[in-house]
Amino acid sequence: MSEPQNEKESPAFRPGSDTPFLVGLGILGGSYAIIILAMILADLAYVDRDSMLGALRSPEIHYSIVLSLLSCTLSTILSLWVAVPLGYLTSRFDFPGKRFLDTVLDIPIVLPPLVIGISLLALFNFAPFSWTSEWVVFEIPAVILAQFMVACAFATRAMRISFDQIPQRYEKVALTLGCNRGKAFRLVVMPQAKQGIVAAGTLAWARSLGEFGPILVFAGSTRMRTEVLPTSVYLEIQAGNLKGALAVSLIMIVAAAAVLATSRIMGMKRMEP
Amino acid sequence: MIAVEKLSLKQGDFSLSDLNFELPEGAYGVLVGKSGCGKTTLLEAVCGLRPITIGRILLGGQDVTSFKPGERGVGYVPQDGALFPHLSVASQLAFSLVLRKTQPSLIAKRVEELSERLGISHLLDRMPDGLSGGERQRVALGRALSIRPKYLCLDEPLSALDEETHDEIYKLLLQSVKGTGVTVLHITHNKREVDNLADLVFRMNGSELIHER
Repeated sequence: MSEPQNEKESPAFRPGSDTPFLVGLGILGGSYAIIILAMILADLAYVDRDSMLGALRSPEIHYSIVLSLLSCTLSTILSLWVAVPLGYLTSRFDFPGKRFLDTVLDIPIVLPPLVIGISLLALFNFAPFSWTSEWVVFEIPAVILAQFMVACAFATRAMRISFDQIPQRYEKVALTLGCNRGKAFRLVVMPQAKQGIVAAGTLAWARSLGEFGPILVFAGSTRMRTEVLPTSVYLEIQAGNLKGALAVSLIMIVAAAAVLATSRIMGMKRMEP
Repeated sequence: MIAVEKLSLKQGDFSLSDLNFELPEGAYGVLVGKSGCGKTTLLEAVCGLRPITIGRILLGGQDVTSFKPGERGVGYVPQDGALFPHLSVASQLAFSLVLRKTQPSLIAKRVEELSERLGISHLLDRMPDGLSGGERQRVALGRALSIRPKYLCLDEPLSALDEETHDEIYKLLLQSVKGTGVTVLHITHNKREVDNLADLVFRMNGSELIHER
């Protein structure tokens, strides 16, 4: 049967313009990016040369920069040490209590940071933790532990997503070729997870650098002892030195931007064949 | 011989029960059936990649049910080849031989022999990213054959290929596998593959496995 010939032709279908949709996306996304840049520009405008030089020359700030860089790096290494196996375990295996474990791993993400600090303080009142509290609580290890507790949760989530994106077929083939589970992980999965590890490490480092609440409660804010950059900002504000606080904030922004840029460059290199 | 006796397995909501089949030594068996009926699950169970709840899997008359995948001597080619993205073609072919701590000179010889047989000698330094679908399947087949397996499990190895490449790999399978003494279990939906490759055809229908030919 042929199609009817005398039917009126419907007007040509014309989709509406894409412009309002794209402009809407641009306004919503762009305004947020503009506010971020405006905040940084405001910091720059507020800080004068003298307060910046003063912050950079201050031995307290020197100490704070060094402790921040070292503690963030250590807590990142510790976080990855835990996040890689934990991310792989939760990505690949089903076991009793997996949902419970998933929920537990989210606790540090959803808890207010101060609560993590106070909980750590409470934990170190009980054995076996109390045996070490003399060397940990209100000391440098407390800074690292407080950063680790939050950073590790984010790194674990990032690693889980990274392993989820690697199809299990590769491991299956490796197993038939003679690998055991451990070798398949080391020889086949890990090389593919490198980019995810860089991303999780960057996230953990950035979280550690910005950590303040748990450090304040668990490690204290003693100058030249447990003072990290967020603590310095807090102490400068307490002392009424807003320009000094902003100068330290700018140092943190530069450090964070440097780490982000490095990880992006490393990530891009890994993507190249 | 690949044989499955009263095999049952359960994975989440999916289960297979009381499956039996026997593929004689050197035969080319084709497994057909609707999507989602459990063909891949059964193939993976033969390879040792899925735990079974009841039953036995026999390879060459030996009960391998409790053997690890690498101990079964089964070459496995999944649907898209699953070439390791970080390894060159030569490293893919050498992978299992390096694991077995084979002498480097013997590895080089085997890689050369395999690559010539499969027509991939010019690709040895290439990474999987730059390979065509047909080239990927050739490498995947070579990687599975590198350990000189007595058994080969192929999970729709030709399904993602265009018509021309499909014919090319199909001919390669005929040349390099059929009649070589390797017992093959091949999953496919393609009638032409069934007609031209299969010595025996098994159809999965629900939880039943019917010997069609």
